[in-house]
Amino acid sequence: MDLSFSPEEVAFRDEVRAFLRDELPAELSDKVRRGAELTKADMERWHAILNGRGWLAATWPEEHGGPGWSPVQRHIFDEEAALASAPRIVPFGLHMLGPVLIRFGTEEQKAQVLPRILDGSDWWCQGYSEPGAGSDLASLKARAVRDGDEYVINGQKTWTTLGQHANKIFCLLRTSTEGKPQEGISFVLVDLDTPGIEMRPIKLIEGGHEVNEVFFTDVRVPVANLVGEENKGWTIAKFLLTHERTNIAGVGFSVQAFEQLRALAGRMRRNGKRLIDNPLFAARMAKVEIDLEAMKITNLRMLSDARKNGAPGPESSMLKIKGTEIRQELNDLARRALGPAAAPFPAEMLEGNEALVPADHARNAERYFNNRKITIFGGSNEIQKNILTKAMLEL
Amino acid sequence: MDFDVSEDRRMLADSLNRFLADRYGIEHRNSVAYDAPYHDPDRWSEMVELGVLHALVPEEAGGFGGTGFDITVVFEALGRALNPEPVLAALISARLLVAAGRDVEDLVTGTSRYAAALSEPDAPYEVEDIATEATADGDGWRLSGRKSVVYGGHLADRFLVSARHGDGIGLFAVNADAARVTPYGMIDGGGAAEVFLDSAPAELLMTDAVAAIGDALDAGALALCAEAVGAMDVTRDTLLDYLRQRKQFGRTIGSFQALQHRAVELAAEIEQARSITILAASRLGGDGGSRTVSMAKNLVGRTARLVSEETIQMHGGIAMTWEYSASHYAKRLVMLDHQLGDTDHHLERVMAAYAA
Repeated sequence: MDLSFSPEEVAFRDEVRAFLRDELPAELSDKVRRGAELTKADMERWHAILNGRGWLAATWPEEHGGPGWSPVQRHIFDEEAALASAPRIVPFGLHMLGPVLIRFGTEEQKAQVLPRILDGSDWWCQGYSEPGAGSDLASLKARAVRDGDEYVINGQKTWTTLGQHANKIFCLLRTSTEGKPQEGISFVLVDLDTPGIEMRPIKLIEGGHEVNEVFFTDVRVPVANLVGEENKGWTIAKFLLTHERTNIAGVGFSVQAFEQLRALAGRMRRNGKRLIDNPLFAARMAKVEIDLEAMKITNLRMLSDARKNGAPGPESSMLKIKGTEIRQELNDLARRALGPAAAPFPAEMLEGNEALVPADHARNAERYFNNRKITIFGGSNEIQKNILTKAMLEL
Repeated sequence: MDFDVSEDRRMLADSLNRFLADRYGIEHRNSVAYDAPYHDPDRWSEMVELGVLHALVPEEAGGFGGTGFDITVVFEALGRALNPEPVLAALISARLLVAAGRDVEDLVTGTSRYAAALSEPDAPYEVEDIATEATADGDGWRLSGRKSVVYGGHLADRFLVSARHGDGIGLFAVNADAARVTPYGMIDGGGAAEVFLDSAPAELLMTDAVAAIGDALDAGALALCAEAVGAMDVTRDTLLDYLRQRKQFGRTIGSFQALQHRAVELAAEIEQARSITILAASRLGGDGGSRTVSMAKNLVGRTARLVSEETIQMHGGIAMTWEYSASHYAKRLVMLDHQLGDTDHHLERVMAAYAA
């Protein structure tokens, strides 16, 4: 048993660290650390920096412009980037559509779409969920009806993350109502400039705008925009859900959040002492640290399996469950540590009230509420448990 | 044994619940609670006319209530409606003024608006660890220091301020125009303020105010427990409606045992929270009253977080949205724990008896 990385992997980690130190703009890492909202330009800037180094499309093979990384290298990059407070890669084009096209797309689709994802010409968003189709995604109703060389699309999609920045959307659409619901779904690319599409913002619990609903009324797209075969879109959806989950545990986010929490608890005071010296609070911190240490190794064990087997198995659902629970617990403690000062609106608290809460913690309550989403999206933790029940426990 | 609420209190609760349902529904609430002045001045006047503040003050001081059960009846109704008006500030202030032997007529009629400025950045929940200093100045006093997250401070004409003097901790009154007040809204609605005192002229109300402040904060913590119980009842009902209506996989999601058991656990925990709040109300101001309030605030804090998080999770995305009322209840239920002592603070107060 050897828990350490190979010399080559250590050298790669050092290379990633040096790159992040030299190339990650402080304005961006500072915003990430404070939990401030990143603008479209911020996200595009970081993508361009990574693309310049050839590291943007971490999950793509070299022939399509990826770096050709092993699962362990991808893991190392994700962790180091999180620890350095780098912006997250916007996943829709790079981690979702890209791998789908590489696996299922025509040569023409690959040639047209992939370079425009890499150079930032296109911003893709996702049209999966509907008001009536959440956990039960296969019950989706938005229809694409064939009319000559075109599909005519009618229906509604929702929870479209960062759709306000996008010019393209990939959708799961119903092309047949015969047989099982899974058998009548197709994966279709849609240009958001097409007449008949309306995108409306959804305001979230903490007041932010990151998701949208998208309405389609008689939207006509070429049949050439179909990816894979008609009525085989569910295979693609499943491929996306089980593929490329090396970062699903979010260990780097949690390690970073724990260090921030530790610093905060060293500053805040209760009963004349530092909060970190309060045994009740310290016990809460210690428990989550123990969970996190265990999860780092669980994560590496699954990574090691993925190295042998080529791709992570259904056990990665465990990482999603534990990883999100740990992140939410850290968010909870960071909110709690602020005491009454967690309540004021961050903008109002920072203007003229600088000393009330350190600037990088002003959004702790906001972040706690916003991150309730992480146990819901990408297949809720309940759905992950259903997957594990069948695939791992064979019950 | 009789767990029924008295006729007088029932009538007050009914009229307050009716007023809040008719005149202060959730949409109206959300339209006023998050933008300055973080409340509705007209509706607030109507609530004062209904006798909301009189109910918080004993008869001998000009009110018609002031007991633990009067407080819980009012705040449970406020919690059901997620009401953002500064009733907590009025309750704590009235209790302090009565303890100091002062008249509260102007407070209960809404003529003057008070806020209790007790909490500080380095002493968020503690009565005695404060840094604000009082120095004698001729016949009066001057105060210097900073009071933090003063509930109702964004509206107050007059602050009741705790400060240390040569001989302990006293209670002082400071006019709002003698302080620098920075108002702000809160993530769960309603307003508060930072209050900066720079040699501010002050009137001494009590030389040794520790016991009176402790009693007022107990009443405040009890009020928050009752508010949470009211908000949790509504949240649970919203969740159960959703579990009955929402269909996935061809059936209502409430038919899945995994969710049924979690919903039952919430319902049971809410009843436990209600029970400890009733116990704390019965003991407020009496033997063991403070410790029982702390038991209640701890259990309610834990339960409120559970109800909030589970309600969002079992709804899925919809309860993450501003448009859906449960998200606002969830915010209030979590943030209640940040007021007047969190679950850990009150757990320590409960534990302290073991060392005695």
